[in-house]
Amino acid sequence: MSNEAYEAVIGLEVHTHLMTKSKLFCGCSTEFGRAPNENVCPVCMGMPGVLPVLNRRAVELAVRAGLAAHCEISPRSIFDRKSYFYPDLPKNYQISQYETPVCRGGYIEIQSGDGAPKKIRLVRIHIEEDAGKNIHEADASLVDFNRSCVPLIEIVSEPDIRSAAEASAYLHELRGILRYIEASDGRMEEGSFRCDVNVSVRKRGVSELGVKTEIKNLNSFRFVEKAIEYEVNRQIATLESGSRIAQETHLWDPVREETRPMRSKEFANDYRYFPEPDLPPLLIPPAMVEEIRRAMPELPSDRRARYIRDFGLSSYEAGVLTAERETADYFEGASVGLKNRRTAANWVMTEVLRIANETGQQISEALPSAREAGALLAMVEAQQISLNAAKTAFAAMIKSRKSAVETVAELGLAQVSDTVAIASACDKLLAAEPEKLAEYRAGRDKLFGFFVGQVMKAMGGKANPKVINEILKQKLAG
Amino acid sequence: MSSSTELNRLTIADAAALLHKREISSAELTRVCLDRIAAVEPQLNAFITVTQKAALEQADAADRRIKGGDAPPLCGIPLGIKDIYATKGATTTCASKILSNFVPPFDATVIAKLRGEGAVFVGKTNMDEFAMGSSTENSAFGPTKNPHDLTRVAGGSSGGSAAAVAAGECLGALGTDTGGSIREPASFCGVTGIKPTYSRVSRYGVVAYASSLDQVGPFAKTVRDAAILLRALAGHDPHDSTCSARPVPDYERALTGDVSGLRIGVPKEYFVAGMDPTVERAVREALKCYEAMGAKLVDITLPHTSYAIACYYLVATAEASANLARYDGIRYGVRAAAEDMISLYEMTRAQGFGAEVKRRIMLGTFALSAGYYDAYYLKAMKVRTLIRRDFDCAFEDCDVIVTPVAPTTAFKLGEKMNDPLTMYLSDIFTISVNLAGLPGLAIPCGYDANGLPIGMQIIGAPFAEETILRTGDAFERSGAVIPRRPAL
Repeated sequence: MSNEAYEAVIGLEVHTHLMTKSKLFCGCSTEFGRAPNENVCPVCMGMPGVLPVLNRRAVELAVRAGLAAHCEISPRSIFDRKSYFYPDLPKNYQISQYETPVCRGGYIEIQSGDGAPKKIRLVRIHIEEDAGKNIHEADASLVDFNRSCVPLIEIVSEPDIRSAAEASAYLHELRGILRYIEASDGRMEEGSFRCDVNVSVRKRGVSELGVKTEIKNLNSFRFVEKAIEYEVNRQIATLESGSRIAQETHLWDPVREETRPMRSKEFANDYRYFPEPDLPPLLIPPAMVEEIRRAMPELPSDRRARYIRDFGLSSYEAGVLTAERETADYFEGASVGLKNRRTAANWVMTEVLRIANETGQQISEALPSAREAGALLAMVEAQQISLNAAKTAFAAMIKSRKSAVETVAELGLAQVSDTVAIASACDKLLAAEPEKLAEYRAGRDKLFGFFVGQVMKAMGGKANPKVINEILKQKLAG
Repeated sequence: MSSSTELNRLTIADAAALLHKREISSAELTRVCLDRIAAVEPQLNAFITVTQKAALEQADAADRRIKGGDAPPLCGIPLGIKDIYATKGATTTCASKILSNFVPPFDATVIAKLRGEGAVFVGKTNMDEFAMGSSTENSAFGPTKNPHDLTRVAGGSSGGSAAAVAAGECLGALGTDTGGSIREPASFCGVTGIKPTYSRVSRYGVVAYASSLDQVGPFAKTVRDAAILLRALAGHDPHDSTCSARPVPDYERALTGDVSGLRIGVPKEYFVAGMDPTVERAVREALKCYEAMGAKLVDITLPHTSYAIACYYLVATAEASANLARYDGIRYGVRAAAEDMISLYEMTRAQGFGAEVKRRIMLGTFALSAGYYDAYYLKAMKVRTLIRRDFDCAFEDCDVIVTPVAPTTAFKLGEKMNDPLTMYLSDIFTISVNLAGLPGLAIPCGYDANGLPIGMQIIGAPFAEETILRTGDAFERSGAVIPRRPAL
């Protein structure tokens, strides 16, 4: 039996740091990359007698995420203690939410394989604290508690995902939304956006779920896809060979590109959840939800619709431009003073995204500001410079960080539209090439391009090609 | 005034008056207390750590502040601090081996408040390990003896604080009360102790035993002194999300001596067969005295009382099992030598915790385990609600409830150590008050044939500290009981 006879059933659990200045239950900074154990205090070190105080901003961002994902916001949710022993967990319990998460239900809409929209339903979004980080050295294990108590939300999907590609689309969409609403920076490489995957397979047409495995340690989108593909194939092969799938937790090994089961000791926990007595119930009255909704930045789907409706962009163009908030913001910033938004749209989709991809940097780091890009494009629209000249100027601006006006002037890229100068160059050329002129007039239209090129060359490449065309046509016509 | 060697026998109110009139100095007063500590500690063992040097420095600072005028009421007053409070720079052991080397880098909120008042800390008092016990025998540093009879327990868990006040080693002290840990030792040592309403005082920096039950409170010689201390302790704390923002009244002003028309509830469940008849007699006498002062006695019922101990030992131990998980030898405290991570945890905790603490951690872990949660923890929480409702109903018919603090007077050292269940029954009259989050005051109301103090408990509705303090103070003023100085 081929793999086609099976379908994969996939659910994702995404953990993402919330972009708060301070930690979830204390005033320590959440800044990444500080020296080990610099961002710590008695509370996030789990000293005797300390108590948690909930970060209001974290709650607001969690509610934002819930609203963006069409969740129901719980007017009353409670925090619970999840107990397990691990050196990076200072209290040896994590403050999380168990039976009453802050958000329930909701969905993320993705484009499925055939291009049709598909809703991936959510089970819940809850708030919890992160743990520290164990660092293993040759002769010792060390713990860095900077990350301890950093606020997280966990976003749990229903098992609505059917392929690695859909999982990837879901993660991209989710990450985009979370970045748009400034809830998360979505940086997987810094561990601020992490994903666990639940995978099972079943014969097509069967409605019961198969036995699932959970895959952990997935810290890039590529790994998520690869791990799912590997695991789906492994499960199908296991079933086809007549064996059963064991319900277990697997780790993704990025070197060998395979999943392998964790030792049972590593995950066999009875978490003994019970309500956290140190925190009162989290009350979120409707008025607070409305306040948060009003302060929400525009969502990618809304922006996409606006670009199509107001700027006349295609669905594809709107999709590319809004995939990342930074790209969309850059596009809008660059197109402020332009007659045609498409000038900026094309520029961003070609030049800006190409350069960002090539350098692997954020747009804000790699490129001149959107305002300067806009100034450059305004010159193109006004025919003061050619599109090619704009590309040359842009490349120079990346290095020099000088303004568009300054760069165009310095490099002498301004186009000459002076009809007198261009007409004189045309006259000189035609006088110098009487044979070609005769051939053209005899019907060799192709020579027009030759004449344009020669005039442009004579003008040092800076003449406005439109003006050359007009004048040449008149002169050639005799 | 009394001779300088008797300064430690002053009440806080009197000492403050003398300090402010500058008839005595805090340095003098502190030295008398420290001398008394040096004299009696070998027999009493009320302190785990005596902070002599810091105390004398605090006393000097207090004297300078008093000289400058406008010093707060507790400025220069020597106090004992239960070793459960985080005290910056001073070892805080919680009477456990596992924290025997722990020096906190921060102060508990109430410690910071008392420092702000200019109070003097003479030392950290003995207790049952992690506040788990009713006799202070579960201390890694040996039991505290009762100053009235050195062969008997001081009560617990705040036995060191109660004994220290009774023996004149300090003028007042801090305890904590999770199931009776202030009121029972106050009763056994013949001093006053109050457990305020849950949330009235910040718990920040108080080593947690059972977070939803723990509450901070003072020991003192008189109700007035307890009122002065409580006012300094109570109030909102941004570091404790469960702490009330209600304004703190001037408790001392509530001490009018007037109880006419006061309705005193007498719950039938608290006067039961099996209790020490002398204890019952003393409390009944006190009730008669109240009647004579114009109060009315009302028979009330608290029908779920018999479930309180079972409920408490599920809720408290469940919370404790998580609260004490942090003592693992990783970040602070004593770490056992071990080969790997799992055995590091196991050895550290096996060697670091005493028997009673282990018993309660296991009980709590079990109560929260998969498959048992609903039957134990969840059911206990439901019972807790019923117990709270009992009190809500009772307070519709009365203003305060009066009961004995404990079924007996101080028992012999070692008498109940091998019988945890009997030990748990020492708290039978105090535990419901914690489960319901109510304020409870313990004051002496008599002595038994052996000269051991008997305690009376006055329970109030939530935040009715003024009423119970007024009630206790009125009894004190009646002169029905003359406080006896301990034999020691």
